Amino acid sequence: MRIFLNDDAHDVDAATLATVLDSLGFGGRKIATAVNGRFVAAAARPATQLADGDRIEVVAPMQGG
Amino acid sequence: MFYGVDLSSRLLLGTARYPSPAVLERAIKASRAEVVTVSLRREGGTGRAGQSFWQFIQSLGLRVLPNTAGCHSVKEAVTTAHMARELFDTPWIKLEVIGDADTLQPDVFGLVEAARILARDGFEVFPYTTEDLVVADRLVEAGCRVLMPWGAPIGSARGLNNVYGLKSLRAHFPDIPLVVDAGLGVPSHAAAAMELGYDAVLLNTAVAEAGDPVEMARAFALAVEAGRAAYLAQPLEPRDMAQPSTPVIGKAVLGGV
Repeated sequence: MRIFLNDDAHDVDAATLATVLDSLGFGGRKIATAVNGRFVAAAARPATQLADGDRIEVVAPMQGG
Repeated sequence: MFYGVDLSSRLLLGTARYPSPAVLERAIKASRAEVVTVSLRREGGTGRAGQSFWQFIQSLGLRVLPNTAGCHSVKEAVTTAHMARELFDTPWIKLEVIGDADTLQPDVFGLVEAARILARDGFEVFPYTTEDLVVADRLVEAGCRVLMPWGAPIGSARGLNNVYGLKSLRAHFPDIPLVVDAGLGVPSHAAAAMELGYDAVLLNTAVAEAGDPVEMARAFALAVEAGRAAYLAQPLEPRDMAQPSTPVIGKAVLGGV
């Protein structure tokens, strides 16, 4: 299926948010996630099933004012 | 001072736009800030910027105040706040809901709505707002226990655009911590805010983009301290007529026309 991570299309087999993040190199990283505009807590990623066309946002700490 | 947390420094410093991480670190030290603002942005699977910034923040050992900068809708701001709470492990959130792209003026309607949702979810909200009294009332009703009115548009370095409005806000909310957030350019602006009785100032660009950010951070720290001391010392109100500072009683009578 095709998902979008920070707007980039990825064709993935994995079905949960946690496995998709692992397969795209985010394992063990300090990140926060949302799927289709809704926050998904780190603890909920393994149980979050993805569907074709889902839009995932991955953010990390950054400088801010 | 803020949600039950006592701080000795009345300067909150942003971490963006510095020439280098080393300068940022020295500027934070020179400012004596105990709270620094941070943000979050997209990061790819190979990107490391966010990870190294996170390590840097942890090494400072300071309190962080994450923001929702760049959010233009309630939904965006609420989701961003949740991501920030998990990422930075704090209930504090500097809530920005931007309504106008040119002035970065807060969308105060969206701000109140987002503040209400977040306060219910257990966040400790620091709303970036205008000096409007009625909006401030609504924010307090929504659960905000800190208010952060702008001095002037973000990054504009114009200082306190509406001293009268900021004074009224202080008078209306004697017990709510008030922070002038945004628009300060030089230390005298910060001193002026503190002389009005504001509890603190939050600044970023004025330090980060100064020719010498470290020295400017030190100058702001001194100004904040001076302004606070002046407020506590109860300054004079301006008068229309002169009043001789040297007593006239007992002055020699030496003639003249």
